[in-house]
Amino acid sequence: MMTYLIRRLAYAVPILLGVNLLTFSLFFMVNTPDDMARMHLGIKHVTQPAIEAWKVQHDYAQPLFYNAREPGWRALRDTLFFNQSVRMFALDFGESDDGRNIGEALRSRAGPSLSIALPTFVLGLWVNIGLALMLVWARASWLDRFGIIATVVLMSVSSLFYIIAGQYWVAHLWRLVPISGFVPGADSWHFVLLPIVVSVMAGVGNGTRWYRSIFLEEIGKDYVRTARAKGLNESRVLFRHVLQNGLIPILTGAVAVLPLLFMGSLLTESFFGIPGLGSYVIDAIQAQDFAVVRAMVFIGSVLYLIGLWLTDLAYTWADPRVRFS
Amino acid sequence: MGWQPVVLWADGLIWLTVGAVGLLFWRGADNIRAGWQSLWRQPVAMAAGLILLCYVGIGLLDSLHFRLRLPAQAGMSVQYSVEVNSVLDVLIARLSAYQEQSYSAPLAKHLFVKMPTTLPDGHLVLGYPELTLYQAQRLGRDEQGAWRHWPEKVRLGLRGVLMGVLLAAAMTLLFAGWQAHRGGVSLRDLLRTAWQGKHQLPWRTGWATLTVLCVLGAMMAEWSTVYHVLGTDKIGQDVLYQSIKGVRTGLMMGTLTTLVTLPLAVGLGIAAGYFGGWVDDAIQYIYTTLNSIPGVLLIVAAVLLMQGFIETHPALFDSAASRADFRLLFLCLILGVTSWTGLCRVLRGETLKLREQDYVSAARTLGVSDWRIMGRHVLPNLLHLILISMVMDFSGFVLAEAVLSYLGVGVDPAMASWGNMINAARLELSREPVVWWPLASAFGWMFVLVLSANLFADSVREAFDPLGQRR
Amino acid sequence: MSESLLQVSNLRITIGKARVVDGISFAIAPRQTFVLLGESGSGKSMTALSIMRLLPESAHYQAGDIRLHGQDLLGLPESAMRPVRGGMVGMIFQEPMTSLNPVLTLGEQIKESLSLHQRLHGRALHEAAADLLQSVGIADAAQRLHDYPFQISGGMKQRVMIAISLAGNPALLIADEPTTALDVTVQAQVLELLRKVQRERGMGMLLITHDLAVAAYMADQVGVMYAGELVEMAPREVFFKQAQHPYSQKLFAALPSQPDQVLQAIAGSVPALDKVFEGCRFADRCDETQAICRNAIPAWQDLGNGHQVRCHGVSSPFQIKPGPALVSSRSAQPILRVHDRQALLKVRDAQVYFDLRPSTFFGKRRQLKAVDGVSLDLFPGETLALVGESGCGKTTLGKSLVQLQPLTAGYIELDGVALGGHSRRLLQVQRAAIQMVFQDPFASLNPRMRIHALLEEGMVALGVEPDATRRQILLEQLMTQVGMSKQALNRYPHEFSGGQRQRIAIARALAVQPRLLVCDEPTSALDVSVQAQIVNLLRELQTSMGLSLLFITHNLPLARHLAQRMAVMYLGRIVEQGDSAAIADTPAHPYSQALLQAVPTLTTHTLVSLRGEPASASHPPIGCHFHPRCPRAEAICQVTYPALRTLQDGRQVACYFPIDPVAT
Repeated sequence: MMTYLIRRLAYAVPILLGVNLLTFSLFFMVNTPDDMARMHLGIKHVTQPAIEAWKVQHDYAQPLFYNAREPGWRALRDTLFFNQSVRMFALDFGESDDGRNIGEALRSRAGPSLSIALPTFVLGLWVNIGLALMLVWARASWLDRFGIIATVVLMSVSSLFYIIAGQYWVAHLWRLVPISGFVPGADSWHFVLLPIVVSVMAGVGNGTRWYRSIFLEEIGKDYVRTARAKGLNESRVLFRHVLQNGLIPILTGAVAVLPLLFMGSLLTESFFGIPGLGSYVIDAIQAQDFAVVRAMVFIGSVLYLIGLWLTDLAYTWADPRVRFS
Repeated sequence: MGWQPVVLWADGLIWLTVGAVGLLFWRGADNIRAGWQSLWRQPVAMAAGLILLCYVGIGLLDSLHFRLRLPAQAGMSVQYSVEVNSVLDVLIARLSAYQEQSYSAPLAKHLFVKMPTTLPDGHLVLGYPELTLYQAQRLGRDEQGAWRHWPEKVRLGLRGVLMGVLLAAAMTLLFAGWQAHRGGVSLRDLLRTAWQGKHQLPWRTGWATLTVLCVLGAMMAEWSTVYHVLGTDKIGQDVLYQSIKGVRTGLMMGTLTTLVTLPLAVGLGIAAGYFGGWVDDAIQYIYTTLNSIPGVLLIVAAVLLMQGFIETHPALFDSAASRADFRLLFLCLILGVTSWTGLCRVLRGETLKLREQDYVSAARTLGVSDWRIMGRHVLPNLLHLILISMVMDFSGFVLAEAVLSYLGVGVDPAMASWGNMINAARLELSREPVVWWPLASAFGWMFVLVLSANLFADSVREAFDPLGQRR
Repeated sequence: MSESLLQVSNLRITIGKARVVDGISFAIAPRQTFVLLGESGSGKSMTALSIMRLLPESAHYQAGDIRLHGQDLLGLPESAMRPVRGGMVGMIFQEPMTSLNPVLTLGEQIKESLSLHQRLHGRALHEAAADLLQSVGIADAAQRLHDYPFQISGGMKQRVMIAISLAGNPALLIADEPTTALDVTVQAQVLELLRKVQRERGMGMLLITHDLAVAAYMADQVGVMYAGELVEMAPREVFFKQAQHPYSQKLFAALPSQPDQVLQAIAGSVPALDKVFEGCRFADRCDETQAICRNAIPAWQDLGNGHQVRCHGVSSPFQIKPGPALVSSRSAQPILRVHDRQALLKVRDAQVYFDLRPSTFFGKRRQLKAVDGVSLDLFPGETLALVGESGCGKTTLGKSLVQLQPLTAGYIELDGVALGGHSRRLLQVQRAAIQMVFQDPFASLNPRMRIHALLEEGMVALGVEPDATRRQILLEQLMTQVGMSKQALNRYPHEFSGGQRQRIAIARALAVQPRLLVCDEPTSALDVSVQAQIVNLLRELQTSMGLSLLFITHNLPLARHLAQRMAVMYLGRIVEQGDSAAIADTPAHPYSQALLQAVPTLTTHTLVSLRGEPASASHPPIGCHFHPRCPRAEAICQVTYPALRTLQDGRQVACYFPIDPVAT
């Protein structure tokens, strides 16, 4: 079992390399450092020497993959690919185009992001599973029918609407919480409350519907009939047999997104002025700061792959069929 | 006046798609046709489908583009206007004919904000000036007779209701006549069974939906003669006009993106599942790699790069419309490239199962080639899954447009789209007094489209895969 | 009859418009086994579920009542019904593979029932669970309690199901086809166990089955269901001596009992249940239909001795017709002297190994030896039966013959030319020469293609008939040959019943004019009555076209009926090969004998069941594969695999201590 997990971990290396090659070619070959320099120095009236100077200043002056001027292994090392992409494997992200250390920004911004994303995730999981179980419990009744329609309606509403409406009513009209902003520490709760509620709302339609279908699928299986034939009551059938089997795909699926919580949410953070990684990306997009976007792409991929690996791990933990084989 | 057709890339693609889908249902595989028939028997599908048809109609009319010929000048060859118009533009030209100065509420007679106005006596005062549309249109419209005592809004509204009901009834009758002719029954009998709800099609639901749609349409048409039905935005443009123009963008996003994902997902999914081995490994590597890159970031990066490309190559685009068109297509392309992996994985898994089916084994013992087996034995048995996922993804892409436009990486800022409307109006809720109609209108139009698409998708799943495993 | 344990009266159940159970009444006395016999779709499983009130949500009770110890079960509120389930009535289902909760241990699942119905806790609960598991014949019961269902075999799972159903000490045990999904040697064990626990606990039992022989072995009382109705009910002795209903008689005649005798097939198929019947439901398929059969619904007639029948043909108890006649009509099957001719197909030392996932990163690759050195000859015009239990490699071998599964080693020759021809044309010829009929006719026809396209595909791909008009003529002839109408060509597979689909599948194979037909359990997915139709069709085709048949089956009596020679396979190897009558009458290998003795027949009174279950082909036992289960095994059997030896009558046996035909 351990060797299997180690193999899965090793599988991540070629994928990360692929991600790096892809982003590198996107950022350095489609859009060359010369283009970047022109963009930053203004499209018109740019002289070639100014471009070269900008490239040297931002470490973009080296060749892409192979530096013919350097001997031996330095021919590979003193290249843009090595310095800009490969070094990220050592979690060294360099500086953003405005000269600040990206790694530092990541560290300071992960906290606020998590303070929204984690509660949203946990609360959302509870609410969705709870609602789904309720609908399954009342299956084929008016409550179930109403629930199905409600979930379709909820998932048809744009996530922007939840944010805007939440801000307008809860923060603007009723003045229950501040509209936006963030302070670190214990006082942050009234800043994060609304974003969390809004994010949970935005996900409840999809989540409940999906979990409901998982539970319904389980309920149709033979072992549930066996459980009923034993004389168990409906709640025991539902909570012991159906829930336990249905939770395997739900929890393992949820584990996959767990690492990605660090990335925060672009929309929520920018609307509510949370200084997290999501708004970091937005700022970078607006400033056309490719160094930051590149770093975030890399981190995102790493976190995704960790998520995949955690899913495998969760399966072995949750499902005896995998655990013992 | 002469005109010259302009076929934008997106227009061509969308019409091709409509043709292809039509062909699939008309001449396509038996299971698709059977599913299609049982689909319309569901009342929800009927209602949602009619609403969708309405949207599609608007979108298609907005996808027939042309340029008008400029008035001939002596000694010059024929010149066409730089401006590209669509058939829809001509039909709803009235809506955009009168530009106001700024905000005005739905069905208002006056501007919503105070403006310096010149009174008839020549004094300049700060007040709520009368809207130019109202000023221009109400003259000579003072009605005579019984209508006189009714307020104008009610009068126009009631007339809309009446017209809508009549129109819906006429359309239902027309359709019923055609159905009766085709089915070889008398129109009377058909109408009776339909009214009693005993016909296999949900006539009553269809008729009710049609009535609601027609009444709404007719009321808006009536009101729009004198009022801005959904008000005007900050720079005084009619909100209804913009919302209607946004339909095409939303539909394009949904349809073209799906179109991009399909060949990737279907081709690679089936190949991976059927051939297995290194083909499977390679395809799995590709989609895991793509999946592992945060989708939004990839889209953002690609769109930023594309913006740079447009800025540095202005010569490639001969009009604003073609630039917007390119941007839209590119957005669909990149959105599609990041979202084909889900369906691909499903199809791969399903193909793995199908590959082990006895009928595939039988075909192999009969010496049928791999490509033929994939085409005749595997693909037809996946069609329902593909169709279901197509309809389900559609609404997601429509919603994505709004979010991307908000992030500044959506469609061309000059293009009418719900995302752009929301983006432009997002600060209006904090105004005092609040300006809610541009936002409400954009969200509303989008919501109705997405909701009907989702409901329709549910029905499609019901009709094409009732047990999750139709044989 | 004494006071009954269970009394079902006039029960009616509908699913949508279909009346799946239509007014049936029967009673089960304490300690009695009532067997409900019927084919698929006859409503017998619905009846079983209805007693537990566990009908699927789409099914509805329309009328009738069900009384247990005189108490009306249908009138009980749901909360009062729960103690009945598991407490008064235990139930076992058909599919042991899916009937246990995959994520709970066996112990948890048994204890759940024990604590509910016997209010046990803690240690006592644990011990009771272990005892219960022990009592259903599971060794190391205390350890097994911690196992998960996927860790034990199918037969063991069914034992655990029995243990769960017994946990509440029920007065009535309902077993719904409890052995259908199991191998024959395991089926014998489970039937034996059911008989044992029933006797020990003095329970009543309702056994649902489609298998006459199982009924004969288990029943005290038999009820035959057809199309939602009981058509005949009688005590065991009476029923098996003088079944009166034409349907029951047909079922007897459809059993393969004598070789070289055409099976009595029942024409047509079960009627749709959503129409209103005005006459006898069996009228369309009956040989003795009279006018009254179509106009009046036959009523129950009491023939005395507890024998009741629903048939117009049996008008009074004094006109008891003779029992099922075994009409002997020898077919025109020539008796072949096979060794005079050159073999059509030669299989030599064929091996098919599958790589399993390595257990460690650098570990040795484990292999599953599905086929492990098989040699066979098949002569023109002959039928060879390949007999064995699931997992013995018989299907894999069949697939290698039609080149669906490459051999790991060894070779197969057709007319002296090795298969896997190097030229395209040779490959086509070889593919056309050997064709396959698959087990499940519902899975072997592409649902999206018309029959015409299905049949034509191979003819085009293998270049059998390039001309479209002549192809059409050939196809029409072919349809007539397999007993279908020409109109069927334009329809889709789902419009046909299982038996009709199997005919189409046979036609598809015949379309490319093969010389050898590999039939992989072609009748095991079909009902008995339809099974006979297909077997007869195969025999007919063989005589008229001179086909060779390789008939793969687990059913030894059927193999004997159909084949001149047979080969018995166990864990990838052939253990006995020779004349089929010789093997079936006097098996030389202990495994062949076990296969034979494990199958109940109409006259069996005791089943000799093997111990244990087939080992996995990925870990075959050292020495003779069969020795752990063999009653004759000695020291040598645990060391080396016995070589194939030829006995006096020409058959080959791989055994150190073959059973002497004279001695038995």
